[in-house]
Amino acid sequence: MAQPFVKKDDDHDDEMEYSPFMGIEKGAVLQEARVFNDAQVDPRRCSQVITKLLYLLNQGESFTKVEATEVFFSVTKLFQSKDTGLRRMVYLIIKELSPSSDEVIIVTSSLMKDMNSKIDMYRANAIRVLCRIIDGTLLTQIERYLKQAIVDKNPVVSSAALVSGLHLLRTNPEIVKRWSNEVQEGVQSRSALVQFHALALLHQIRQNDRLAVSKLVGSLTRGSVRSPLAQCLLIRYTSQVIRDMSNHGQSGERPFYEFLESCLRHKAEMVILEAARAITELDGVTSRELTPAITVLQLFLSSPKPVLRFAAVRTLNKGKENVSLYTKRKFDAQVSMTHPMAVTNCNIDMESLISDQNRSIATLAITTLLKTGNESSVERLMKQITNFMSDIADEFKIVVVDAIRSLCVKFPLKYRSLMTFLSNILREEGGFEYKRAIVDSIVTIIRDIPDAKEGGLLHLCEFIEDCEFTYLSTQILHFLGIEGPKTSDPSKYIRYIYNRVHLENATVRAAAVSTLAKFGFMVESLKPRITVLLKRCIYDSDDEVRDRATLFLSVLGGDGTLDADKDSKEFLFGSLEVPLANMETSLKNYDPSEEAFDINSVPKEVKSQPLAEKKAQGKKPTGLGAPPAAPASGFEGYERLLSSIPEFASFGKLFKSSSPVELTEAETEYAVNVVKHIFDNHVVFQYNCTNTIPEQLLERVNVIVDASEAEEFSEITSKALNSLPYDSPGQAFVAFEKPAGVPAVGKFSNTLTFVVKEVDPSTGEAEDDGVEDEYQLEDLEVVSADYILKVSVSNFRNAWESMNEEDEHVDEYGLGQRESLGEAIKAVIDLLGMQPCEGTETVPSNARSHTCLLSGVYIGNVKVLVRAQFGMDSSKEIAMKLAVRAEDVSVAEAIHEIVANG
Amino acid sequence: MELPPKVKNILLLDSEGKRIAAKYYSGDWPTNTAKEAFEKAVFSKTQKTNARTEVEVTALENNIIVYKFVQDLHFFVTGGEEENELVLASVLQGLFDAVNLLLRGNVDKREALDNLDLIFLCFDEIIDGGIVLETDANVIAEKAGINSIDPNAPLSEQTISQALATAREHLTRSLMK
Repeated sequence: MAQPFVKKDDDHDDEMEYSPFMGIEKGAVLQEARVFNDAQVDPRRCSQVITKLLYLLNQGESFTKVEATEVFFSVTKLFQSKDTGLRRMVYLIIKELSPSSDEVIIVTSSLMKDMNSKIDMYRANAIRVLCRIIDGTLLTQIERYLKQAIVDKNPVVSSAALVSGLHLLRTNPEIVKRWSNEVQEGVQSRSALVQFHALALLHQIRQNDRLAVSKLVGSLTRGSVRSPLAQCLLIRYTSQVIRDMSNHGQSGERPFYEFLESCLRHKAEMVILEAARAITELDGVTSRELTPAITVLQLFLSSPKPVLRFAAVRTLNKGKENVSLYTKRKFDAQVSMTHPMAVTNCNIDMESLISDQNRSIATLAITTLLKTGNESSVERLMKQITNFMSDIADEFKIVVVDAIRSLCVKFPLKYRSLMTFLSNILREEGGFEYKRAIVDSIVTIIRDIPDAKEGGLLHLCEFIEDCEFTYLSTQILHFLGIEGPKTSDPSKYIRYIYNRVHLENATVRAAAVSTLAKFGFMVESLKPRITVLLKRCIYDSDDEVRDRATLFLSVLGGDGTLDADKDSKEFLFGSLEVPLANMETSLKNYDPSEEAFDINSVPKEVKSQPLAEKKAQGKKPTGLGAPPAAPASGFEGYERLLSSIPEFASFGKLFKSSSPVELTEAETEYAVNVVKHIFDNHVVFQYNCTNTIPEQLLERVNVIVDASEAEEFSEITSKALNSLPYDSPGQAFVAFEKPAGVPAVGKFSNTLTFVVKEVDPSTGEAEDDGVEDEYQLEDLEVVSADYILKVSVSNFRNAWESMNEEDEHVDEYGLGQRESLGEAIKAVIDLLGMQPCEGTETVPSNARSHTCLLSGVYIGNVKVLVRAQFGMDSSKEIAMKLAVRAEDVSVAEAIHEIVANG
Repeated sequence: MELPPKVKNILLLDSEGKRIAAKYYSGDWPTNTAKEAFEKAVFSKTQKTNARTEVEVTALENNIIVYKFVQDLHFFVTGGEEENELVLASVLQGLFDAVNLLLRGNVDKREALDNLDLIFLCFDEIIDGGIVLETDANVIAEKAGINSIDPNAPLSEQTISQALATAREHLTRSLMK
């Protein structure tokens, strides 16, 4: 086919690229396709037209139903030609046109004839085409031929039938399953590819029969598989069998491990890789099992082939989780925490990959090293990465920055070199996402490591001197306003901030003005100078900047009385106490009149607890990107809310607020949930009520609490809700006194009492007279977990060892039958209300034992650490060994008491 | 993982990232726009690398992509991230060598476009619905190459099988007359 389809023009511009398909048009090609109908078929011309059609389809051109049908019908005419080349193209175009079932009938007889042709190429391709386009009923008709084809002596035909079987299994499993004898024969084929396809199909047919798969694997692992591809499959199936066996309680020597290990010595690299990967991903792999796999991967690391290096790093990167899991288990057994020697050696090889030509490999190597590196290697690593960063794309850089952030959290002592690194890359060129990742990381480090604060803030200051992203500038300015005044020398930041007022756009200028005001307010000595600076801003060209400057000047110029100070502080630093959504609705409803808008009339309760927030609990906000918790529901929000209520102001510092507990079923007339606030001597229940009936207005809403089943509590006060209109939530409170520092528990039954007034839906006005009514709510319990704060520790082992070993209390408990270990662990975590550490709350699937590390702060600010070891026997009975260390022995005892009573 | 290795697509792009031939076997890119966006991303990510001697590899959107360039042609094979990259590499190598055989060593964009039918057939012989059908370049080239027989070419330039096929065809023709 050396002839171009379009003759090159003589005056063709040499600079224009030549293509035989230049100026090709669908309409014209469809016209050309009429040659298919000629009585005397010209194979060459027809092939050319088919190629053009395929080209159009391939370039994304689509044919209408009518066009496709027309082409399909004329193509079927070409079966009369005996030209093999043309026939091959006909097969191809039929597959591309994917005719509908009523059209298929036209070609089936031709294809069935070809299926039994003497020409191998016809047989193989006819099978592939036919199986692609037919439905179940036709399939039964040709089933006989397909079975024959599977055992055809020509491997191409046999493969075609087997692969078609793999596709058909999805649509017609019951038919394909009948072929297993023939397929079995194919597994023994001498052709590599036939063996591969047969094995794949046989396994697919039997995949739901665990015993059959296990038998298949058992017989094949003894050798007889020649094809590397088939061998790879066999390795996958073997790992599956190993997983299933450990699932079903078979213990002892790991079966088939020897087979996997022998595959590490296979001559095909793809088999070696598959086996090494399978071994690193084994559940609970031991050091002895791991070593040979690591050794071959290490060899791959220095291979001249990029694909091998990539594959090896990727396997180590993924497998590392398994490897570290392994070391963790060792830790439980009080054995040293050293990495297996082999892995450490790999790290050295991997370091050389940082300078790999292929940046994907280099990035993978770095993230693997960052993940697994130890404290002593951090500095060396950072030095190497610095050279590397300049010539990789942003997306790779972000991966590296994220890895560094987690490294810094892991090794706080190393913050200095990490911070230097981050500030250096911050100065270099980069896109928004990349810069944001860096800034987020620096902010996280500043938050987590107090020593890093001053240096980190200065880095950020330098960054905003030359930052093209408004978003980042404003975020940093805001952050500076909060953190800057608390540093030892706040004045040094002022210059950076004030520069913004001169050099930036209005948004940044406004943010800078707010930040200046915060400094002025917090640092008395700076106040006069800040006032001077703000005065200059009054002449800014932008409204918002001027307004802010004026406003802050008057705040700063306040009379200095305590009251005014408090107000200004609230104003400058407090977040809006009402949810923005509620604020928006209220403002929309506000009717401009004599009466000024009163922010206190805006409901404070978030209408529906956002799901995301529940998820985020216990997680630290990372960087600037994380929004501050919704004001009225976060801990700080609660704290502010409660301290603003005079009745509760004397209770002291809030220790803990629970997450809301629903007291009503979903979709009832009145939706009520409760938040338990724990103080040292008191407990306050905050009832969040929502009226869901548009025709009603509720007044004097109160909750009557019966505390007869909570002997240690006595009610001291309650605060009713004056008015509860439709769909704007409000809160009622009830406060109890309890013995100081004691984790008193009890059960409370609640009744909602209120006065109902009918509301006229058309006018929205309520009637004057109301009816008293009450509504039974569900019971509420105060449990031990309410007295423990979830507080995570960054290094559990260090924290554990720093506590007095003699105060450790250990006891064993039977937890009875459970579905799984994970369920038991969750139950214990929920019971204690403590923070799981180091990801130990997740149990590797199929594990029979697990150790969970928990940390928390007990009421009275006593730090508690718990190490709970779980074991499950064959009848799913779960036993737990609980070791508790606390700063106060009595607290450790209390924890045990909680478990014993739970 | 229990399924046989799957190829998500095979791409042949020119030196500007334009599609010469592409075949998608997975539903990850349902529209032509999505396909073109993917091709663009792949092309720009690999553009600056040197993949002329060894098969290179990269990761993109949870996919593993192996690639190799020759002249102004860029070959890509994509698989899922759980795939064995060496299997993908063997598919790519098979494709690459088969195209080289079929184009008789003149592998560039112009030759590829002039023989686009062979390229399409090559794709068709390597992968069937995402499943590896054949990776041996000689076998692929032979199966796809039936079409390239020029009946007028001297017999010495044809392979044995091609010669046999030609002979067979001549025979059938003469018998049918």
